[in-house]
Amino acid sequence: MIPLSWYLILSGLLFLIGLLAVLIRRNAIGILMGVELILNAANINLLAFWRYLYGYNGDLRGQVFVIVIFVVAAAEAAVGLAMIISAYRRKNTIVANDIDLLKG
Amino acid sequence: MSAQQFFFIVTAFVILFSAMMTVLSHKMMHSALWFVLALLGVAVIYALLEASFFAVVQVLVYVGAIAILIIFSVMLTRKAMEDTGSPVNKTWVLSLVIVLLTTVGGFLAFRTWGALKAFPADLLPVHYDIGELGLALVDPERFALPFEVTSILLLAALVGAIYIAFGRKEDNQ
Repeated sequence: MIPLSWYLILSGLLFLIGLLAVLIRRNAIGILMGVELILNAANINLLAFWRYLYGYNGDLRGQVFVIVIFVVAAAEAAVGLAMIISAYRRKNTIVANDIDLLKG
Repeated sequence: MSAQQFFFIVTAFVILFSAMMTVLSHKMMHSALWFVLALLGVAVIYALLEASFFAVVQVLVYVGAIAILIIFSVMLTRKAMEDTGSPVNKTWVLSLVIVLLTTVGGFLAFRTWGALKAFPADLLPVHYDIGELGLALVDPERFALPFEVTSILLLAALVGAIYIAFGRKEDNQ
């Protein structure tokens, strides 16, 4: 049997790697991939707690949370990539530091 | 160590290694492919948690849709990336310090969290029924409201994404 703490450690480490990607990548698509890793870490946590707390009695709250996070992740990826493509058309770069279209 | 535990450890190492390669790869395309491998590993973890529906949805949504979107945008913006030297920005030392501090803080919080011992060591057999989940999502007494709000969010996000990515006339010249 796998202890709950293993899942928590895995999702914690995955979150930290995602955080590292968000903070250090120069490429905007790399930052977006870091955000997706963070959302996946949250999903592992939610499903692990669902399995260990409510997995036997048919309580669905944890699963509904996971579904909502899936949808939010898909929406976030679509909007983020559209913005990256749009910024690339105008500035011809996707380095996050050089995208300063909103600067007055 | 049971077979399940061995399988978990192997999967965890694959996930963490490919996530690390996602961060460190110089070429964006390699980074995207390592990212896909990490997402597949997460699907295996869902299967280990006996949430078969979410394992399938993970493969469909992440590996099928989001990974394709990311690979497409990598290919569409290819010219801009070949000139960049380092994949990391100038403040990477500060970022590393922040991540290390978060690691230490999280580890200390995890060590002192007493409630972890209250969780059962032996799991009861899972009660898993897709039909029940589907009915609960459209039942006004249960999760119909969050479900509808989520679908409106998805609709608005997709309309916005199409509008943003659509080329304007003055850009085409």
